[in-house]
Amino acid sequence: MLARRVIPCLDVDKGRVVKGTKFVNLTDEGDPAELAERYAREGADEIVFLDITAAHERRGTMLEVVRRAASRAFVPLTVGGGVRSVEEMRDVLRSGADKVSFNTAAVATPELLTACAARFGSQAVVCAIDARRLPLGDDGVQKWEVVTHGGRRATDLDVVAWAQRVVELGAGELLVTSMDRDGTHSGFDTELLAAIATRVRVPVIASGGAAGPDDFVAAVRDGKVDAVLAASIFHRRLHSIASVKQAMALAGLPVRPIEEGLA
Amino acid sequence: MSGAVRVGVLDYGAANMVSITKALAAVGADVTAVAEPAGLTTVDAIVVPGVGAAGSAMDHLRERGLLQPLTEWVRDGRPCLGICLGYQILFDASAEGEVDTLGLLPGRTEMLVDAPTLPHIGWNSVNAVRAHPLFEGISDGSYFYFVHSYAPVPADDRLVVARTTHGRPFASAVAEGNVYGLQFHPEKSSHAGLQLLANYASLAAAGAA
Repeated sequence: MLARRVIPCLDVDKGRVVKGTKFVNLTDEGDPAELAERYAREGADEIVFLDITAAHERRGTMLEVVRRAASRAFVPLTVGGGVRSVEEMRDVLRSGADKVSFNTAAVATPELLTACAARFGSQAVVCAIDARRLPLGDDGVQKWEVVTHGGRRATDLDVVAWAQRVVELGAGELLVTSMDRDGTHSGFDTELLAAIATRVRVPVIASGGAAGPDDFVAAVRDGKVDAVLAASIFHRRLHSIASVKQAMALAGLPVRPIEEGLA
Repeated sequence: MSGAVRVGVLDYGAANMVSITKALAAVGADVTAVAEPAGLTTVDAIVVPGVGAAGSAMDHLRERGLLQPLTEWVRDGRPCLGICLGYQILFDASAEGEVDTLGLLPGRTEMLVDAPTLPHIGWNSVNAVRAHPLFEGISDGSYFYFVHSYAPVPADDRLVVARTTHGRPFASAVAEGNVYGLQFHPEKSSHAGLQLLANYASLAAAGAA
């Protein structure tokens, strides 16, 4: 049976790992390739790099980060942020990444997902969706809105409808971040996750809000997701990948055991 | 033989070369990219990587004049490891585009049957059918990383070294003499994957000695 995945996420700014709360107050947390290698050794099933470098400061720094990481961390690598064309995606994959994640670019030009899936396969195309809770409607149904630009811009798009649309367009996986929970350590928005995961056939990755191992269990069990992503709790060594996987295994969820052996 | 075993990674425009090259180097192999027939003369063993479709992979091999030389090189008994699409094209033919493939192993590549999701992506367990030096030091049932929709169906069950279940069980690892095939990506499978590549390098070194 396919294992439920535990994925550390590295936010990368100008070639360095940073972490803020709700996408602001960034602090330097280390070298991305070094951290990727450490996480792979500690049992990460995959590693996500989110490039948050401002467009005018980018000069292929992320390609170099991917190349260095792929030379040391022998697990699947996903790169998000700043990829806006088939050619840019090709360069990222050639540098050693396995998947590219689209967020703002997918909202601006949804056809990009289709073009990239046609060229590289939908397994390589991830669509990141940043969601914000809306006030409960008169019908009592909870809805969420898609936001972009690190949460600064609203789109009027309904999260579930958008998730279904991007899968039709070619996304092979969805990375769903709760902007209400991101960086708050108050747990994942499992209601949001389940609303999406029960309506699409592609894997869903939960993101935003992890405080401890129990939150990972809840995301898979209640949020129905295939994978769980977190950043600061791993970077700051508040919890290890091993402790998260142990909690998941104890809850009866299939996980890849952490092995000893070659780096 | 002196020094590290020389492993050539077949570069035919169909794969991420960085990960497999670096993973082989990490287990001590002397790795070079082989993009033309002459490259085959400088290596002890070959790895055929691959992502994409069988038809375009065969076209790329043909365009680079590698088809015949590679087949002869392997038929001469030298070690060859096919990974993912590179594993599938070792067989006679593929249902993906109905194309003839290398014919180094008997059987056909077919779409996965009763798969709950396609492609089959992620970490899944690989269960031994028989002991093989390729899996030396790797616990039975270890997880490896898969990304595929098709898998070979060997004409002879005796080829099968391990099976994986996604819907129905399929042959996730095979071996016959000097020819080895893996449906998963060892270069993306962390410790277990590196151990397997180290084992292949050892088998290749023994063959070249």
